[in-house]
Amino acid sequence: MERVPILKIGGLLLVSIQIDLQDQSVLALQEDLAEKISATGAHGVIIDISAVEIVDSFIGRMFATIAGISRLFDADTVVVGMRPAVAITLVELGLTLGGVRTALDLERGMKILGQLGRGRDS
Amino acid sequence: MPPRSEGPEELPITADDDVVRVRQLVRTYAQQTKLSLVDQTKLVTAASELARNTLIYGGGGFARVEEVSDGRRAGVRASFHDEGPGIPDLTLALADGWSSGSGLGLGLSGAKRLVDQFDLDTEVGRGTVVTVTKWKR
Repeated sequence: MERVPILKIGGLLLVSIQIDLQDQSVLALQEDLAEKISATGAHGVIIDISAVEIVDSFIGRMFATIAGISRLFDADTVVVGMRPAVAITLVELGLTLGGVRTALDLERGMKILGQLGRGRDS
Repeated sequence: MPPRSEGPEELPITADDDVVRVRQLVRTYAQQTKLSLVDQTKLVTAASELARNTLIYGGGGFARVEEVSDGRRAGVRASFHDEGPGIPDLTLALADGWSSGSGLGLGLSGAKRLVDQFDLDTEVGRGTVVTVTKWKR
């Protein structure tokens, strides 16, 4: 099973998914992230899916789960870089990712987290 | 580019990473049939849902993928075969939000919305075959 690396940049954790995710990798990522947020006290998590060709219900649910876990550690989650074909497919599949914050790209995602994180550190 | 495949191809679905291999095989066929990118994505996503169903609810099985034609247009057909418990209540199984397992209940109903043709053949105690087809526009 391949593992998705988690990078720490300042108070943020960056997860860039570059592999074709199997279910075990998804579960491992959720656990690794929980550990990492707890260990680092990060205030934000960015999940970059610009290289992800499909998001099915299992992977979609991972975003919601990660957002939920982060919230328990007082961290915010943003999913960035969704491909247009993936967005169209997700809506038709019936997954609207209601509770998950999204941004067009990494830059905007970091900006959102910067705004959300402001004030909590000072 | 992946090598061009001829005729139907079968892959076992007995473990987690087989779902990934099935996705990749379906994508190869969708690309060589020149489905649009959105249609490729829809078909591969449907295949991913159905392959996972085969593994989790059917106890494993296999997938068959082939290029098909109805005389006017080309398409890709993928079928998912298991010898699991079968589906006792089809109406319920195809309803959004209903799940017998730990999923979201979008697998079957969602996959159905993503393809042009959806056939479900199931018998309690014998198993299930789900066949989906996406046609080139």
